[in-house]
Amino acid sequence: MKQQGTALTGLCLTRLTVVFSALALIAGLASCAARTAEPRGEIPLNVGSLYEPQNLDNVGGGGQGATEALAGNVYEGLFKITDSGAVEKSLAESYLTAPDGLTYTFHLRPGVRFHSGDPLTAADVKYSLERILAASSKSSRKSSLGVIKTIAAPDDTTVVVTLSSKSISFVYNLGFVWIVNDKDTDPATQEDGTGPYRLAEWRRGATLTLTRSDRYWGAPAKSARVVFHYFTDAAAMNNALLTGAVDVVTSEQSPDALAQFNQDHSFTISEGRSTTKLLLAFNDRVPPFNDARIRRAVSSAIDDHKLLNAIWNGHGMVIGSMVPPTDPWYEDLTGVNPYDVALAKRLLTEAGKPSGFTFTLDTPTYDPHPTIAAFVVSELAKVGITAKINSISADEWYSKVFQKHDFTATLQEHVNDRDIRWYADPNFYWGYDNKKVSDWVIRSESAGSAEEQIELLRKVARQIAEDAASDWLYLNPQIVVSASKVTGYPVNGLNAQFFVYDIVKR
Amino acid sequence: MLAYLARRTLLLAASLLVASAVLFVLLRLLPGDAATTLLSLDADAGQVAAVRRELGVDRPIPGQFAIWLDHLARLDFGRSFVSRAPVGEEIAARLDVTIPLTLMAFALAVVIAIPAGVRTAARGRSWVLAALTQLGLAVPVFWVGMLLMNVFALRLRWLPAGGFPPDGWADPMAALACLALPVLTVALVMSAVLVRYVHSATLDVLDSGYLRTARALGASFPAAMWRHGLRNAAAPVVPILGIELATTFVGAVVVEDVFALPGLGGLLVRAFERHDYPVIQGVLALSTFAVLAAGFLADLLQRLLDPRLRRSIAGSP
Repeated sequence: MKQQGTALTGLCLTRLTVVFSALALIAGLASCAARTAEPRGEIPLNVGSLYEPQNLDNVGGGGQGATEALAGNVYEGLFKITDSGAVEKSLAESYLTAPDGLTYTFHLRPGVRFHSGDPLTAADVKYSLERILAASSKSSRKSSLGVIKTIAAPDDTTVVVTLSSKSISFVYNLGFVWIVNDKDTDPATQEDGTGPYRLAEWRRGATLTLTRSDRYWGAPAKSARVVFHYFTDAAAMNNALLTGAVDVVTSEQSPDALAQFNQDHSFTISEGRSTTKLLLAFNDRVPPFNDARIRRAVSSAIDDHKLLNAIWNGHGMVIGSMVPPTDPWYEDLTGVNPYDVALAKRLLTEAGKPSGFTFTLDTPTYDPHPTIAAFVVSELAKVGITAKINSISADEWYSKVFQKHDFTATLQEHVNDRDIRWYADPNFYWGYDNKKVSDWVIRSESAGSAEEQIELLRKVARQIAEDAASDWLYLNPQIVVSASKVTGYPVNGLNAQFFVYDIVKR
Repeated sequence: MLAYLARRTLLLAASLLVASAVLFVLLRLLPGDAATTLLSLDADAGQVAAVRRELGVDRPIPGQFAIWLDHLARLDFGRSFVSRAPVGEEIAARLDVTIPLTLMAFALAVVIAIPAGVRTAARGRSWVLAALTQLGLAVPVFWVGMLLMNVFALRLRWLPAGGFPPDGWADPMAALACLALPVLTVALVMSAVLVRYVHSATLDVLDSGYLRTARALGASFPAAMWRHGLRNAAAPVVPILGIELATTFVGAVVVEDVFALPGLGGLLVRAFERHDYPVIQGVLALSTFAVLAAGFLADLLQRLLDPRLRRSIAGSP
């Protein structure tokens, strides 16, 4: 009995390591057996990104990542918004607008099939539009497409949409509507689009693989296989690029990292225009920022160029209003509230606060906001204004600032295109209330021509700049870094789209 | 033995229940919810309310908890708020990485720690050990990871800097290459802790009367250690191993982020960011279970090793 016990003890110690190694091996082998190797074609194009889809549906909360990987690649709309911001016909071959501007008739491109083989019909288009308007829709375009009154499919290739009021942006907004098959599957977990690529596999947390579709109606995609690799950390993504594990990254978010690619000729850095505006947003409802002179004083006291240099090291641009250069109503308004400390002091005196004041700046805890807040504090100190930084999480920002309007001033990035319209809504979080501006925005939407729309929205941009409704600190650059052998990628990445079908790796 | 097993199982279930309840309430006390993850800033109040209703986060917390428990009792972790995939599926996909990483790192840590601990104790080189383990304890695991990555991936280019093959373990060598640096990282840090336990357990044995007696009876030092020393030194180390296995798992979760590995760590971090409660609860329930189970196994193993404890399991005093 005793012998047995000691033998066991000896065994345990000497073989402990063997047991654990065996366990590890078994775990590894078990996982091996669970998967079979998929056939490999040519070498895939590897794309690095920080934005993994939340799910596969842009109406179901898929987020920026779903748009980046799938828009234009797997899914298409009746119209396509190109990388330069232009609107092109895609699944719509032609369309007619009735003279009253309220009825649109779309004729679908013939012979288009979904990846599943089902033909594209007017019923699919109707279904796709209804999904956006449904109660469960999580689409960010739901409110702008709310003008849709009726959708009809009189035959398989014709869709007739009537609007409750004229909307010159209607066709543009349709560029964000993915046409999905109306069969009974959940687009959040399974795709069925018409685009040049089909979704082969999504390993959550790691990679999303696209393979070229053989039944695509247009020019076939140039790379047979594209793999998006997802990272949570910018440094890890840059390392992958440096070691050749990825060929191109969709958006470089850490300017410090650019130096290592700058020195090396085997990489290309391209800088395009983003639509991400960094705002110092005032609460225009409450003192002291209910006084436009105070807001202008703050705007003039901060050297935006110096800030941009500090954050983005020479990349990006100063804009002076809520309009990025890719919106058709852009003009340079940086001169309206120039950096001028003397002017800032004069405005403060006019507003009855010659010795400045103190306010709290609600600052999101994530980059780059804390750095910007520190810069703002030091700039404002020069004119006697004391800003106190209050760090808040993204969720606190949403509930405290965005929903309850319980703030004096805050920092926030606004990523969308054409979002100047929020200055027409006095209930938006910054509470800018100007009847003239609201009226121009509404009239611009029912404008008869694009020229008229542009003219009205330029007036809006200038007016909000003159009122310093917010302080638009700068526009982020859109930086794509790639191995030099890679060409054909989109440089602006507008609206988070990243078309991969023209990318080639030599 | 049966009574002991029943007691342990009951304790395990109770710990899980309390852990889940605390977590459930804490998560929901944090500001924000998954509705803000799924919607953009352009969403109107109606959309926010609709999403909250759809997810069920507008119901009172006790009601939500009851529903979750009810599903759990049927081994249903529910569906992710965000990806809409079943939580069980989400977790299973990540175990491919986390389980091999944890077990290999643990095995390597044991392989390093036992000989190192025994040798340094036997040769009286405690100061070498003290210096090295202090370093191992002081340096955070992610920093070791970054250091190894810098040397072996970025400079020497021997191993990948991160990521995992898109087709998983289909090519085992590629998958192992991706895990090599993470495994080494976790193992180095874990062995620093483990070696101290082995070292002090060996020192206790060296001072013992039975070892001196064995030597006096003519056994060589290695033979005496082998027959009498090691098995006695093992007794205090084995329960520690159970705890260390859990710590290795935590280390693996941290290192996954450094090496961009699609494991449970990344899943958990993302789920927290997105208020994806079903995923958070699923991962934590599972890992709590794994940790408690590891402790349980270590306990059993110790009883197998130590005849005195074994007798007490059998019920005889």
